[in-house]
Order: sequence, then structure tokens, then C-alpha cells
Amino acid sequence: MDIIVCVKHVPETAEADIKIDASGKAIEKIGLVFDINEWDDYALEEAVRIKEKLGGTVTAITVGSEDADITLRKCLARGADKAVRLTDAKFDGSDGYAVAKILHSALKVLPFDLILTGALAGDDGYTMVGPILAELLGILHATMVKKIELGDGVAKVNRELEGGLEEIVEVKLPAVLTVQTGINEPRYVSILGIRKAMKKEIKVLGLADTGLSEKDVGEAGSWIKIEKMFVPPVEKQAEFIKGTPEEVATKIAEIIKSRGLI
Amino acid sequence: MNELFVLAEHRKGQIRDITFEMLTKGRELAEKTNSDLTAVLLGKEVKEHAKTLSEHAKKVLLIEDAKMENFNSEAYHKVLSNLINEHKPLLTMIGHTSFGVDLAPSLAAALKLPLATDCIELEFEGETFFITRQMYGGKVNVKATVRKAESYIVTIRQAAFAAQKPAINGQIIEKPSPLTKGITEKRFIEYILPPPSGVDITAADVLVGIGRGIKDENNMPAVEELAKSLGGVLACSRPIVDKGWLPSGRQVGSSGKTVKPKLYIAFGISGAFQHVLGMKNSDLIIAVNKDPNAPIFNFADYGIVEDLFKIVPSLKGKIYELKGQKA
Repeated sequence: MDIIVCVKHVPETAEADIKIDASGKAIEKIGLVFDINEWDDYALEEAVRIKEKLGGTVTAITVGSEDADITLRKCLARGADKAVRLTDAKFDGSDGYAVAKILHSALKVLPFDLILTGALAGDDGYTMVGPILAELLGILHATMVKKIELGDGVAKVNRELEGGLEEIVEVKLPAVLTVQTGINEPRYVSILGIRKAMKKEIKVLGLADTGLSEKDVGEAGSWIKIEKMFVPPVEKQAEFIKGTPEEVATKIAEIIKSRGLI
Repeated sequence: MNELFVLAEHRKGQIRDITFEMLTKGRELAEKTNSDLTAVLLGKEVKEHAKTLSEHAKKVLLIEDAKMENFNSEAYHKVLSNLINEHKPLLTMIGHTSFGVDLAPSLAAALKLPLATDCIELEFEGETFFITRQMYGGKVNVKATVRKAESYIVTIRQAAFAAQKPAINGQIIEKPSPLTKGITEKRFIEYILPPPSGVDITAADVLVGIGRGIKDENNMPAVEELAKSLGGVLACSRPIVDKGWLPSGRQVGSSGKTVKPKLYIAFGISGAFQHVLGMKNSDLIIAVNKDPNAPIFNFADYGIVEDLFKIVPSLKGKIYELKGQKA
């Protein structure tokens, strides 16, 4: 089974202090650590596990700058066989729709049985690239996937619904499946694996190779144009308790006691 | 006259809350854009739902088909494409739910209509359509323009708008199903209920929630002991379940449980909206996080900007002291 995994190189922001940059439309990237998008990490692991079970190949593909090689190398070290990077200054400002078009242009000429990607990206959170890519390729999709069982020409998948509920859906292959976190436990990469991956080739394609025009990509080819980025307005600000850990603990304990909970 | 569509979301015989939240926003936008608000209801034997929706929208478009008994993006895609092509609504609102994210992106791509996902605000200003959404796990908001079109599609974040109950006596318009052929490519098989968990976090008076900030599984027993000292139990945000450190029954949030304890203490939880949705109605919320800008502080009653590992032992000591026990 030949599997394509679409990945994105994103800043880790869950525990980082974020600042809005001078443009007022993006965050300050300096000082942030970039890595593979968390959801894509699970998608990659799932692809490698399927390959280990059924044979075939895994190709990691990304739309991004040269820096995204860090993420592609990680994919290669973790078991991907090939890596493709779509890079062009004209791609800047692409939303999920434009990214799906760029990926589609490259995938039109790559053979595959299955495409996996993360359900969303931790930076923009559009939650749209996978199913749009499927539509452009004229194949099916299933999103928010928590379990994959491959059968004869079909994939039986568990989709995560709300409140802990899941549904089982069967889709015909080839298909795009977007993976939810927690589907597996991504493996650690050995130092030897990383060393080996450094020698593997990353194929780089630009706008000219995609057959797309300038108006298909970047801001011109996108549905969404960011006008302004701002700190979310606060409806209810917490009352901050300050002091040494001992002092803080005393105050919290008093508050809890005053509510009759101790 | 313009028309605005709200796609009703229902599951297992229940109209989901997001539907009424979208209808509430839809009524406001209908007034501002001089449009009629239409609830689109697709399903099997859902006439009761149509009646309910007619109290919330001027029109209810009802299409019944056994092939739409359960949500199926292939079937919904076909039927909704037909309706959008026929009615050319200024806007189609779909929930940013598991159901909506499986439907809206491919529908928009197929119809070549612009889509904005996970919106928390929508505004039409003259000829321009503005949306507001969050990025970076809720740490920033962005206001964006949507590429100009005759018809737009949006997905709406759950709980972004508070549902209100109007006094409307809308009209129900039933239409025949356009699905002449079977739905063969994508097949719903069954629902899987969450596995029963030993501990019911929805029944606890005190919950101590842990998130990514806990760093290591080995750090959990200390927090669990603190929870026990308060007669409470350990709950968590998504990353903890993803790592397999706690069973899914302990997860608080949109994909886990909704809780309303007397006290919720959040340790190392940033407060992404998915988690907050499940705990924001707790009586008393105390949050401990190293990041002063963590969104959790916008929902907590009390906030402590500190390393949780410094607070946990001190707090446990104080609680034992107040209880007259030795730590």
C-alpha cells in the first residue's frame, strides 16, 4: 500500500508566550520552536504502522519554506521512504484552500492508495485541507479518525464525535483520512535514524512545477485573508493570587475552605 | 430577498445545541442583511424536529430520506449542493462539529464557494464579509475578510453564540429527496459508546484537572493525592488521554465530558476552547499555569502564574493542616 502523508511545519505554541508582530497580522516567530504539526505526527505514525503491516511506501509531503526540512527529516527518520517539499515565495499567505490546491497539483502525478493527514493544524486550525484535497482528487474522505481498519478496497474507520461518542464509517479507497490525536503512540526517533535520514533526498518543487498559476496560490488563491490579529477580549479575568508558593497555597486553601469544601 | 441557510444538526433523535446557537446568530444576520432565515433539515422521520425548528426560523426546508437517517457527508453533500445551487443563499451556516468538518470543506470546494471555518463572529459590512476566528489554540483572534462571492459557507464554533428562544411561527416546506441512487461510497455502520469508566467525573464535587503542563506521567500521583485530600478526583484535558496516562472517561471538554463541580482546579491546562467548553460552568475555578497569557485565566475565578510543581506540595500541606491531619 502506497501512502501519502501531508504534514506541516508549525511553531509549538501550547506552552509558549505568543506576541503579535509589527504587521499586526501574524505572530512573532523568533524564539519559537518549530516541529511537525501534532495531528500530522499521529498521521505519519499511522502511515508507518500500516506500511510495516502491509508493505508499500510512505511519502511525506509539505507546503512550506526550507525550514520545513526539519519536519520532513523527522518523517524520514520515523519511517517515511520519500519526502517532497513544495516551496515558492508565491505560496506565502495561502489558506487551507490554497494549500490543498498546491498539494493536489503534486499528488496528481504520484501514485497512492491512501492519503493521511492531521485533522487540523495547531497554528491556523482551519480543519479543511484533507477533505478539500479529497474533493479536488475526486476521491472520498473521512475526518477526525481515531481508528483505521483496512479491508479489500475499503477503509473502516472510527470517527470521533462529541462527548466521547464515536461512529464507524466505511469508505471506498483511495481516500483521504484526517487523523485525530491519540489514534496511536508516535514512536521516538533514534539518533541512528536521524543520521540515516540526513542522507535521504528531499524533492523540492516550486510553482512552475505545479502547473498552477500565481492567482491559484498565496493570498490571491485563498478564501480567507487575515486583516487583523489581536489578543482575545477578556470576558472574565481571573483574580490573580501572588506571593511565594507557601503564601499562594495558604490563600487558595482559605478560599476553598470558605466555600465549605474543606 | 436574500436567504440565509442554517443546516440543522441532529443525532440520535436530538437536535444539537449548535443548531439553536446558529439560528440565533442567523436571525440577527437576517435582519441586518434583509434576508429570510431558513433552517435546512435533512434526515429520516424528522417531522418533529421540523416543528421545533419552525419556532426558530421563518422557513424550514425539510427533506426526508432513509439514506439520511444518520449523518453521512456523501448524502448530505449531494442534497445540500442541490439546495445551495437552487436557492443561492447569501450564507450557509454549518456547525464546526465532527459532522460539519466532514461536510463543509468538500462541499465548498465542489461548489467553488469560499468557506471560513470555526468562526466565532460574522459581520456583513457593505459588500464585505468579515469573520473572526481563533488561531494558535485560542491564544490569538484574527479578523479576516472572505473572498467576495454570491454565496458563502461558514462553520460555526460551538458555544460561540448563546442560543435564544424567539416567538416565531415559521413555515415548513417539504421537498422530495434528490437522492435517486443509493449512497454507496461512504457507509455509516454504527455508533460506539464511550467505554464505561470506573470513576464518574460528572458526579464529583471537586475535580483537579491536569494538562500538558504536567510533563510526565510520574508527576501525576502527587496531583492525585492533592485531589484526594479534597475528596475529589483527577480529571484532565485531551493531551493526557492522547498519551494514555488517563482513560478517556476522565477527559473534560467537547470530545469528553461536560462537568459542573463545586470546585475545579486546573494545573498546567492552557485552556483551549475545547477544554473550556466542558468546565466553564463549574462553581469555582482556580487555575495554575506558568504562562500569564494562558486562555484559562479568562475563565477562572482565581489565577496563579507559577510552576504547578511548586504549588501542588504547598497546597496539599495547607489542606491537611486545615483538616487537622498530617500530610
